[in-house]
Amino acid sequence: MSFSLLDLVFYAAALVTLATAVYAVGSRNIVRAVFALLGTFFGMAVLYGMLAADFVAVIQVLVYVGGILVLLLFAVMLTGNIETAPRSNRSAGLWLGALTGLALLALLVPLAIQAPWQKSGVGEFTQTTASIGSALLSNALLPFEVISIVLLGIVIGAVVIARHRQAEDTEAGK
Amino acid sequence: MIQVGLEHFLVVGTLLFALGVVCVIIRRNAVAILIGIELMLNASGLNLIAFSHYNDRAVEGSIFVLFIIVLAAAEAAVALALILAIKRRMKTIDLDRTNSLRG
Repeated sequence: MSFSLLDLVFYAAALVTLATAVYAVGSRNIVRAVFALLGTFFGMAVLYGMLAADFVAVIQVLVYVGGILVLLLFAVMLTGNIETAPRSNRSAGLWLGALTGLALLALLVPLAIQAPWQKSGVGEFTQTTASIGSALLSNALLPFEVISIVLLGIVIGAVVIARHRQAEDTEAGK
Repeated sequence: MIQVGLEHFLVVGTLLFALGVVCVIIRRNAVAILIGIELMLNASGLNLIAFSHYNDRAVEGSIFVLFIIVLAAAEAAVALALILAIKRRMKTIDLDRTNSLRG
């Protein structure tokens, strides 16, 4: 039984990822939950890096930490009464959640460990950015173009939904 | 303790996914439920990257995960807009009380 440095990095990253995720799920304070998610996303970036996906690791930090986390914080700050939102549902929500989680784990963890996954070796490390770029402009060109249209629709849709409508507001204020 | 392999990453992904499901079930705050969804998306991304890494470092896994990240960002933006709209109209984002469609 010997630990290589890589193993230690894996266990540390997995521990940080899962511990902060548990805190994000369990914390009553939603601001603390969002900040705990910072550790989860950074831990995920380390795991991506260990799996030789350098470009995805960088994008993970850029988009999740720089974008989604800030968006979540905006949502928390703009919706107010941070402290009071309770964790559990009125009736048996906590028990139902724990039961579902344990059932999922009992089903999936043995499957992940025992199933004869196809593994055809790891190969030499090469930087992935160039091959991702050429794949996005050849094999994956159609989804690449479709997702740009999706993003345009998202931008317009988000603005339309969130826009402050004067008439609606006065009606709701009556 | 055996050397870190594919199964280790799959177990981490499974744990993360289960945490996301539990979060969606037990929380009432709409933002917290969004956090649970992000956890589930991250877990699926980890699995895809792990599989592609242990199959000759295929680049398809990275491309899948890039699209997942883009859609997660888009989903977060729309969810923020929806949460703000719900907050304006109903004065709460407790999803147990936003039930005005119930007959």
